[in-house]
Amino acid sequence: MITTVAIILDGFGFAAWLFLSSVGLTLIYGVMRILNISHGGFYALGAYSAAWAVGLYTQTGNTIALTYLIIPLAAIIVGTLTGLLVERGLLRFMYGHEEVLMVLVTYAVFLILEDATKLIWGTESYVAYQPAYWLGTIDVAGIPYTIYKFLIIGTALAVGAGLYWGLNRTRAGKLLLVVIHDREVSAALGINVTLFFTVTFVIGTTLGALGGALTAPEISVVPGIGAEVIVMAFAVIVIGGMGSVGGAMIGAVIVGFARALSVHLYPPIEMFSIYLVMAMVLAIKPYGLFALAEGRKI
Amino acid sequence: MTKVSQLGKISRPLASTLALTLAIAPTTLFAQDSPTFKLGVVSFLSGGASGPFGVPSRNAAELIVDAMNKGTLPAPYDSVGFAGTLVEPLFVDEASKNVVADYQRLVQKDEVDGIVGYNSSGSCVAIAPEVEKLETLTVLSACGTSQIFEEIVTEPKYLFRAASHATMDNVAAARYVVEHTPEAVEKLSDIAGINQNYSWGFDSWRDFSASIKVLKDDVEIANEQFPKIFAGQYGAEISALLTARADVVHSSFWGGDLEALVIQGAGRGLFGRTQMVLTSSDTAIHRLGRQIPDGTIIGARGSYSIYAPKSDLNDWFRQAYYDRYGVYPVHPAYQMANAVLGMKAAADKAGVGTEEAIIANLKGLSYEGPGGTVDMALADGHQAITGSAYGTYKFDTETGLGTVENIVTYKAECINPPADLTSQEWITGGFVGADCE
Repeated sequence: MITTVAIILDGFGFAAWLFLSSVGLTLIYGVMRILNISHGGFYALGAYSAAWAVGLYTQTGNTIALTYLIIPLAAIIVGTLTGLLVERGLLRFMYGHEEVLMVLVTYAVFLILEDATKLIWGTESYVAYQPAYWLGTIDVAGIPYTIYKFLIIGTALAVGAGLYWGLNRTRAGKLLLVVIHDREVSAALGINVTLFFTVTFVIGTTLGALGGALTAPEISVVPGIGAEVIVMAFAVIVIGGMGSVGGAMIGAVIVGFARALSVHLYPPIEMFSIYLVMAMVLAIKPYGLFALAEGRKI
Repeated sequence: MTKVSQLGKISRPLASTLALTLAIAPTTLFAQDSPTFKLGVVSFLSGGASGPFGVPSRNAAELIVDAMNKGTLPAPYDSVGFAGTLVEPLFVDEASKNVVADYQRLVQKDEVDGIVGYNSSGSCVAIAPEVEKLETLTVLSACGTSQIFEEIVTEPKYLFRAASHATMDNVAAARYVVEHTPEAVEKLSDIAGINQNYSWGFDSWRDFSASIKVLKDDVEIANEQFPKIFAGQYGAEISALLTARADVVHSSFWGGDLEALVIQGAGRGLFGRTQMVLTSSDTAIHRLGRQIPDGTIIGARGSYSIYAPKSDLNDWFRQAYYDRYGVYPVHPAYQMANAVLGMKAAADKAGVGTEEAIIANLKGLSYEGPGGTVDMALADGHQAITGSAYGTYKFDTETGLGTVENIVTYKAECINPPADLTSQEWITGGFVGADCE
């Protein structure tokens, strides 16, 4: 019983982190067809800026409650500004090139961002545990869980719901769906595709930064965290279908539960389990569970 | 008068040029005529291991080499360079996808005379065979896996390691748990471990669990976790350890992984429910402070850092390191200091600062480092043994600093296997010949 409860909570807890870390990546791919390797760099920027800002703030001795505002604010500022800089300063000159070239370009951006974080924050680790501790813990079947973990699960659900609503219930979202399905027709209909590209990229990078910022209180923020997250994020969006926000959520849940099951029931296959699930899904659905339909162009 | 003045005008620049030439000449001649010892220094300069491990290692090498070249190290290392030969360091990042290719480049392209460093057991396992193939003096400074000389390079000539391997850390940890934590021992029936999924983690857990079983009867393994290195998220593993309800949980986590485990584990009460043993945790003390729960057993991979014995060399090292880098040295810095000083001791003993002289004289050498005596006693004189210490964590609320109490020091011969046995043979055989008096 205890193990079952633990598997469920740990599965959802890990899935929430995975979804927050990967949803920006799949959104950018869906709209722009750019496999944004630099996503890990934005995750790291978000984590560093949040840890740094929380560290500065907590030194003042004021209430920790305000850190729950500082964390997303840090992610929004750094994600928006850096996203704009990368898209306007570099990527817009590359549009129209092959996808593989964009992979190389965004990989270069990733390397630049990684060095930039080192230049700004150095190689020492940053810890900003206060927000994760302040809310305390709650016992579920005798196992203590931090309430902050539930906050992350809630945030992941809210981000998923917000994106669903934004894409399907707003005019801008519906126009974006049109751009996703066919850029050329969208442009012919008078939709400002370039603007949608910029906005989408900035939203994607901000979501990446938010993933890092929300994770910062639970980890030690060190150089290299961006490289680690990008591998997991790719596994998630490949399983869910590249470009699908709903797919990213399902992919995150599948990977989260695969890991939780293996950790609790048979730890030696923990690392292998994630890639086993990915291989099984791709064997049945080579483009992922919710891959976007591609129109055949002549 | 005019002529004299003109002569004066001419002679002043001439005199200045001559003086400058004379001033520069000895240096230039020295630089041209005196060969330097080109030393490759490899450690993590980027990635997750750089902050707690790689950069302190690099800094220690830089500090020691600079002082050595100036002849300002404390005795017995107060002579210049390697027996008079100046040392020219070349710093290389260990965070590479291909450490073997980087090693080959250092030897074949950069033509170094010797190499020192390597933090990760993964790196050491990869380059160890290459060292003997390329026939270049290489002194491993930190990596802990016992496989290096017990399985990979069994007849070393060019490869050395100036640090004890992981067996020492884990035998000492097991002894500390069983002999010095009565509260844990009284109820000790189940142990668990969370270690990284590579040679360092596997070896550490193997040695610790085997040692505990030898030291105390009827101890079972309740749970063992091997998450990926740099995973960062340990929610499921902590739940599994909590549900296992082990009396002792062992971890050889290091760097950012260790800090994440402490933050997440302490936040969920794991440290309060079980006796945590962290074998490589001195690096986290100044970062985490009060977040490390009191009573946690702290290891520093030897008598380093918080456990370093008082000596002129240690006093100089700590202060000089602090003055230059603004923090006190942690155990990777001590290990790097040991490695470089071992090369110097060997060269000074030979009276020649060459690769051949160091190889010949480092073998079997016993010398002093800032953390105490380093004895190249194993693997035919190529593998060091050192003493170690463990203690329990106590946060000092008055000073706001982390401290350790109940410190127990162990002789090298008590916690390292003898030369004729492998680590596993020695542990499972009941620590035959261990001198713990």
